[in-house]
Amino acid sequence: MKAEVRTVEEWVKPLPQPDGVSAEYWQAASEGRLLVQQCPKCGNRQFYPRALCTACGADPEWLECSGRGTVHTFTVVRQYGARPFRDELPYVIVMVELDEGPMMLGAVTDCDPDAVHIGMPIEVHFVKAADDLGIPYWRPPR
Amino acid sequence: MDRTPVIIGVGLSEYPVAPDLDGVQHHTLAAQRAIADAGIEKSEIDGYVNAGGGGGMMVDDAVTMAEYLRIDHKYIDGTMTGGSSFEFHVQHLAAAIRDGLCDTALVTYGSDQLSRMGRRLGTGGFQRAGQRVSGPMQHEAAYGNSLVGSYAMHAMRHMHEFGTTSEQLAEIAVGVREYAMLNPKAMYRDPMTVDDVINSRMIADPLHKLDCCAITDGGGAFMITTAERAKDLPQPPVYVLGAAGAQTHWNVSQQVDFTTCAGAKAAPIAFGQAGITHDDVDMLMFYDSFTITCLILLESLGFVKQGEGGPFVAEGNLKFGGKWPLNTDGGGLSSCHPGMRGIFLIIESVRQLRGQGGEAQVPHCEVALAAGSGGWLSCIGVAILGRNHP
Repeated sequence: MKAEVRTVEEWVKPLPQPDGVSAEYWQAASEGRLLVQQCPKCGNRQFYPRALCTACGADPEWLECSGRGTVHTFTVVRQYGARPFRDELPYVIVMVELDEGPMMLGAVTDCDPDAVHIGMPIEVHFVKAADDLGIPYWRPPR
Repeated sequence: MDRTPVIIGVGLSEYPVAPDLDGVQHHTLAAQRAIADAGIEKSEIDGYVNAGGGGGMMVDDAVTMAEYLRIDHKYIDGTMTGGSSFEFHVQHLAAAIRDGLCDTALVTYGSDQLSRMGRRLGTGGFQRAGQRVSGPMQHEAAYGNSLVGSYAMHAMRHMHEFGTTSEQLAEIAVGVREYAMLNPKAMYRDPMTVDDVINSRMIADPLHKLDCCAITDGGGAFMITTAERAKDLPQPPVYVLGAAGAQTHWNVSQQVDFTTCAGAKAAPIAFGQAGITHDDVDMLMFYDSFTITCLILLESLGFVKQGEGGPFVAEGNLKFGGKWPLNTDGGGLSSCHPGMRGIFLIIESVRQLRGQGGEAQVPHCEVALAAGSGGWLSCIGVAILGRNHP
């Protein structure tokens, strides 16, 4: 899978601080690839990335995802106190159920907030926040 | 010697608005009032517990507050599970008292959240422009989720699976408001209808402004000792019949099931200790950060089957005179929510079990259940308290 990566002039939102485990995840995202972890020992899949398998304790490996999922639940945020989010209201926060299994939190773009519903299929795209750091977003499939 | 754990004193500081008190002063004033209420000497206190979390400029963690209050303790606990911390503290102290780790313990909380931060933000937004975020939150921070949004995602999924409606959720806020109207100190005391709730502006779909709790100042304290020591004290003893806590996640993105919570694990343990059934419970003190919090607690704790909470609430079962009166002090929704409300659930339960509930007194109140929710329906603490010796 290689999804669209958009660039912005300046990233003004909070910025993830990559660590020893997450750096590879953020790097892949900057290249348009979505990774989750899969355990070579027990097969457990997990997100967010961690240094151990949450099922058996082994050292997890990376699995490249299809970038497709469905809306498990969501909300339309209509009030937020601080910039920059205050300037973007209303926007959709979503729990995405990846086709590969794990769930992850995200935001839906390119769509009327009131059109989002549970069970709706969505696909990933990325916004480049720094050279080695891409942020996954979600939109209706094209 | 009877080491059954017993609550012997409770105290509130000032709420909902107390601009002259900082967080530490809220802790302190509540402690003084709880000690006076218990009728013991401060020098008798040999256990101290708090969760910190008052925030702001004042450091109020357990060790700092133990020094500030000059508690000469041999048992200390700083467990912090968000708003449910104090139900976890009851669990820990019940064990500590039974095992003799201490004989008389003080628990305190204080926060000046309203006076320090004001109400204008009103959204529970965590993140600001340009902030670097490490740890698990690095995977959430870029999106601008809010505190309300996290609970809203639970409400949205609950509605999807069970057909729960905004009107049913609103009934919870209306019922709690009826109790707030009986509490002269409650933040919001005007009469309120279901229409008022669902016509108030949307904060994060499907939660309206009046589905959300107040933001106030406030502090509280309570004291636990042995049934033996409680024999000659001025207040009627309130027995800890059962107390348990459990956790499913901390960050909302790690919630496994958005329609339930860790109460499903904690409640059977607490009921098992108490040796009672749900029908023995006379009143409920639920963490009402949002209306959906109460509905999910009601179901996960087993008072109704999952999915049946909405219709059950709409029948008026949680209102004044209902089967299980809920939040008789006016709750966090209408009365007092300084950030971590769990201690007020214990304090109001004790007042009711003593028969000190005033106009809001639940008739023949012998068993109260307090259930705190910490985080985003993350850590659930359940304490069952009773008027009679178990």
